[in-house]
Amino acid sequence: MSLLPDFALMLLILIAAVWTVSARDRRDSVIGFIVVGLLLSLAWIRLNSVDVALTEAAVGGGATGLLLLRACARLGPNETEGVSLKVSLRILTGVLCTVVAVALATIVLYPIEPAPTLAPTAAAHMGEIGLGNPVTVVLLAYRAIDTLLEKVVLVLALIGVWALTPDPLWGGAPGSLRAQHSSGPLTFLAQVLPPVGIVIGVYLIWNGADRPGGTFQGGTVLAAMWLLVMMADLREPPEIRLHTLRRLVVLGPVVFLVAGFAGFWIANGFLSYPPDLAKPIIVLVEAALALSIAVILGMLVAGPAARAPR
Amino acid sequence: MIGSTTLYGLCATGLVAIGLYGLVLHPSPLRKVIAFNLLGSGTFILFGVAAQRGAAAGLLADPVPQAMVITGIVVAFAATAVAVALLLRLVESGGSTLEPSAPDPQDDRPS
Amino acid sequence: MSLMADTLTIAAVSAGLFFFLAGTVGLLRFPDTLTRLHALTKADNLGFGLIVLGLLPQSPDVASGLKLVVVWLLVQLAGASASQLIAQFASKGGPSA
Repeated sequence: MSLLPDFALMLLILIAAVWTVSARDRRDSVIGFIVVGLLLSLAWIRLNSVDVALTEAAVGGGATGLLLLRACARLGPNETEGVSLKVSLRILTGVLCTVVAVALATIVLYPIEPAPTLAPTAAAHMGEIGLGNPVTVVLLAYRAIDTLLEKVVLVLALIGVWALTPDPLWGGAPGSLRAQHSSGPLTFLAQVLPPVGIVIGVYLIWNGADRPGGTFQGGTVLAAMWLLVMMADLREPPEIRLHTLRRLVVLGPVVFLVAGFAGFWIANGFLSYPPDLAKPIIVLVEAALALSIAVILGMLVAGPAARAPR
Repeated sequence: MIGSTTLYGLCATGLVAIGLYGLVLHPSPLRKVIAFNLLGSGTFILFGVAAQRGAAAGLLADPVPQAMVITGIVVAFAATAVAVALLLRLVESGGSTLEPSAPDPQDDRPS
Repeated sequence: MSLMADTLTIAAVSAGLFFFLAGTVGLLRFPDTLTRLHALTKADNLGFGLIVLGLLPQSPDVASGLKLVVVWLLVQLAGASASQLIAQFASKGGPSA
């Protein structure tokens, strides 16, 4: 009986996923994907991972959804019918995918006992540093090197997107995010919501030290507010040649690296912090990272430059 | 008796299979990107199941896989952004036969 | 005191769920975008308000109660704006299905 909600959620996720893959229209598929993302964030809460649930809702459903919807709008309304595939090929692929699923299901149904865990190690780090949220401790202290490299990946992805700018437009601004029927309600929302959203974003970052929340979630909320303002056409996307923009993009990784190298002098090695200074350093790094994440996510959605610099 | 964690594990395997099917069979690149993201979400949920099973030391779930998934979701988004930008550039330069021709890459407003 | 709070919670949340159900039935049964939108927004706003009202007595302190109210206000704002946008899109000849 207590499994009923979980079972219903699982069924909904799978139905939405099948819809996403089988929908004829491209836009329907994207909407299906957004639904899957939102349902998955509920699943993450049921798996006791509230931090991940927040990230999935903000990035997996929200930001990716906006990116894909925008791509749909630029690709035009209709899905061209591609090569019609033979039924035998479909069946073969179906069988192969089922084999993969059965193999994975076997791993799920017959897990190794006792389950491997790094929780005790992470808990030990928590005590040392004095933060209350174990996930933040793992992200910024115990496995900080992963987080640092991930930030570098984000910067590289942005460079990759910008590199797709056609030569004559280099340095210009990304295409306008203005909604097709930009109008009163959207403008109103974009004027009322950002102050509240910025407070919530900062709250998530600040709160992330001890409770669910953190840099990624807060940064994404900040990015969402910026995108909302751009969609309502209150501000245009900035030109990608602007030095301020580029400095904001690398601010997070640079502060993280400086804090990491400082570890050689003030503690015992790269990315290690002295216990009494750990919390202030982590909060400083998180603030810088969140700002960079907000700018990078916003510019990733905006895409390569589509207008020549003025 | 199957617990709720196992149930989500099975859900994840379903997502992986559905995503894989779409990735292999869909001719349209954008649909492939979406299917790949479904596959990724399934993989992330498997991490969540591992985290839930690794609950110890007074924590509700093992934080290490959770942190990896948070990193993974953000990296998946970045990869999707690059893929979509590549795809749009390819279509706009007339290189693809599977997507319809897109509007002019120049923005519609005079600059 | 706690019995009264629990009774209020159960009553308000049940009523809220009923309105959600009614809104969903409207979404499935009404013929066009505007009427469906009407059913969904009216009934769901009321349903959501009742659920938040029902959860308020259960919040452990004033701060979390206030957070619930803020969530309610934000959902109102987002829901109202989104339905306005959908309605505008529909009346300007968007997909009529």
